[in-house]
Amino acid sequence: MPKLRMNQAIALAIREEMERDPTVVTFGEDIAEAEGPFKTSEGLLERFGPLRVRDTPISETGFLGAAVGAAVTGLRPVVEIMFVEFLGVALDQVVTEAAMMHYLSGGRLNAPLTVRASCGSGLGFGCQHSQTLERWLLGTPGLKLAVASGARSAYGLTKAAIRDPDPVVVLEPRALYGRREDFEPGEDAVLPFGVGELLANGDDVTIVALGQTVGIALNAVSEANGWSADVIDLRTLMPWDRGIVERSVARTGRLVTVEENQLTGGWGGEIVSHVASRCYSDLRGPVMRITAPDVHVPYGSELEAEYLPSSPYVAKQISELISTDKVPGHWWEDTR
Amino acid sequence: MSSPVLPEETEVQLDAVSRRLALTNDVAVRFARMVEIRLLEDRVIDLFGEGLIPGTTHTCQGQEAVAVGIAGATRPDDVVVCTYRGHGMALALGVTPDALLGEILGRQIGCMGGIGGSMHLSDSSVGLLPTMAIVGAGIPIAAGSALTAQVLGSDRISVSVFGDGSTNIGGFHEGLNLAAIWRLPVIFVCENNLYGEYSRIDRTTPIEDLALRAAGYAIPSETVDGQDVDAVLSVIERAAARAREGEGPTFIEAKTYRYAGHSRSDKAAYRPAGELDSWLERDPVRLYGEKLIANGTLDEEGIERIWAEQRDALEATLERVLASPRASTADMFTRVQASGS
Repeated sequence: MPKLRMNQAIALAIREEMERDPTVVTFGEDIAEAEGPFKTSEGLLERFGPLRVRDTPISETGFLGAAVGAAVTGLRPVVEIMFVEFLGVALDQVVTEAAMMHYLSGGRLNAPLTVRASCGSGLGFGCQHSQTLERWLLGTPGLKLAVASGARSAYGLTKAAIRDPDPVVVLEPRALYGRREDFEPGEDAVLPFGVGELLANGDDVTIVALGQTVGIALNAVSEANGWSADVIDLRTLMPWDRGIVERSVARTGRLVTVEENQLTGGWGGEIVSHVASRCYSDLRGPVMRITAPDVHVPYGSELEAEYLPSSPYVAKQISELISTDKVPGHWWEDTR
Repeated sequence: MSSPVLPEETEVQLDAVSRRLALTNDVAVRFARMVEIRLLEDRVIDLFGEGLIPGTTHTCQGQEAVAVGIAGATRPDDVVVCTYRGHGMALALGVTPDALLGEILGRQIGCMGGIGGSMHLSDSSVGLLPTMAIVGAGIPIAAGSALTAQVLGSDRISVSVFGDGSTNIGGFHEGLNLAAIWRLPVIFVCENNLYGEYSRIDRTTPIEDLALRAAGYAIPSETVDGQDVDAVLSVIERAAARAREGEGPTFIEAKTYRYAGHSRSDKAAYRPAGELDSWLERDPVRLYGEKLIANGTLDEEGIERIWAEQRDALEATLERVLASPRASTADMFTRVQASGS
């Protein structure tokens, strides 16, 4: 099996989809000649030429709007947003245009558009280049949202996004681009949306993670002392796999979400509210969210490491939850 | 002199493509379509006044020649992206009055099944992409539909129709820039009606001649009398030929005027005294009727007959629409996304 870095897996996914479907095109800032600032489009210009692989001006409103227009008229554009924050100037194009095209055409048009965006903390890019921002998109009808947790899921989710008839945003945790993972590319590696994956089995708690926190949660479990956990990579937030979470909680009786985003408005709120209301009788303790604090992503390695939930911190919080049946305070509540 | 035979739109319900082709091929149909737009827009204002329609609407009385000129100079398989002031453009392109009024009145026979409303019209059979209720949003979208034609090697062109107010939003500049650097087959048509919502252009924009803005993107531009349907038609024909030849985008500024306020609640009290009256002297529907009489296409009686026919047809349409079922609860759920999950 090849050992691919996540950025190579993404470039491979786009290449394969462009091979199989001549309507797939890709464009974004510096993705053609420079092959992408994170090397996620290596070799694409050379293979497919400038008609299908294009550099854009620095104008997300313009090229995302163009992607919407192209998608409803017969192309399958894959557009790259270099840092997810840049989606701020094109949120209208995603939330109010792409996501409504099927609806606004009386069901006659589709917008098969894939928006890829790098996201997340861990590389010292400072507060305007380190957010995850799922919450900007969460709860938008008509839109799908996937988050890669490594090379394998990035490959599978990207291919599924390109084939999907609806607009999809795929978030790519930037800190994972260089990490290698063993997997077999091909049809069997395409990952369906709305299907989470159980990556570890245990008895005492269900941990739901997403993107960069999947690896963090798995490390936490390997450091666990006296307890074991199911670890679920949710993979897509819209739609999200209620079944896998419900089945796991029915067995473990506890739910913990591990989130890279800040506490307020984070995706975990949706998961814990669903479980708390629909799976109440399965629970033997309170639901718990482990998140970043409600502050901007700090600059500097030490502060940034403190900001993102670490494996030892996750393990400690869960140990305390299990031993006391109470939700321990967040680390920052002791520091203020 | 007898009037030419018009399609019997009242008895035989033409589909959108047939209505479009009729307009392309017959100048009397163009006139009839302008009358249809005028009458329908006036009636829509009444329907809101009578409380039959909730929310808001944006009518285009005074701008009929731009819509009909664009429709007459393009093909049904070309793509048009326009704005929430879109009733006239939709009718000109061929959308039937039943489908349009049905949509405005929230009926299942509406062009979007009654779930869009006045600001959201769409009919892919005549190239009308969903109209956008966000100012300027359609401009990059039109660049994108032109990109599709370029990538697939088709000779379809795209037309982006927007108001003067759109020329101050980022999407306008980004869309023009993208179209220019990629030489996309798109025509940008700015309906300069002097008002962006409630504000006169001289309060919001440092120039009155918006065609100047195209120069910054090296896009050739033309300014046209938007009250003259033939003038609009020929300028669009030239731009369409350029686009189909692969020569890239053209920017057209149509000087026109919006008789009504921005939306239904706007009485346009901010307009200087006499401004509306001076534009009414150059009313596009009347001007075209006079021209058709002068060149012998129609006589006075023929003009009167068209007005009368269109009035009758509109009332018959309204009767049918009001008797037809409203959008249902299920309609709210079935078109949210294309895939089942």
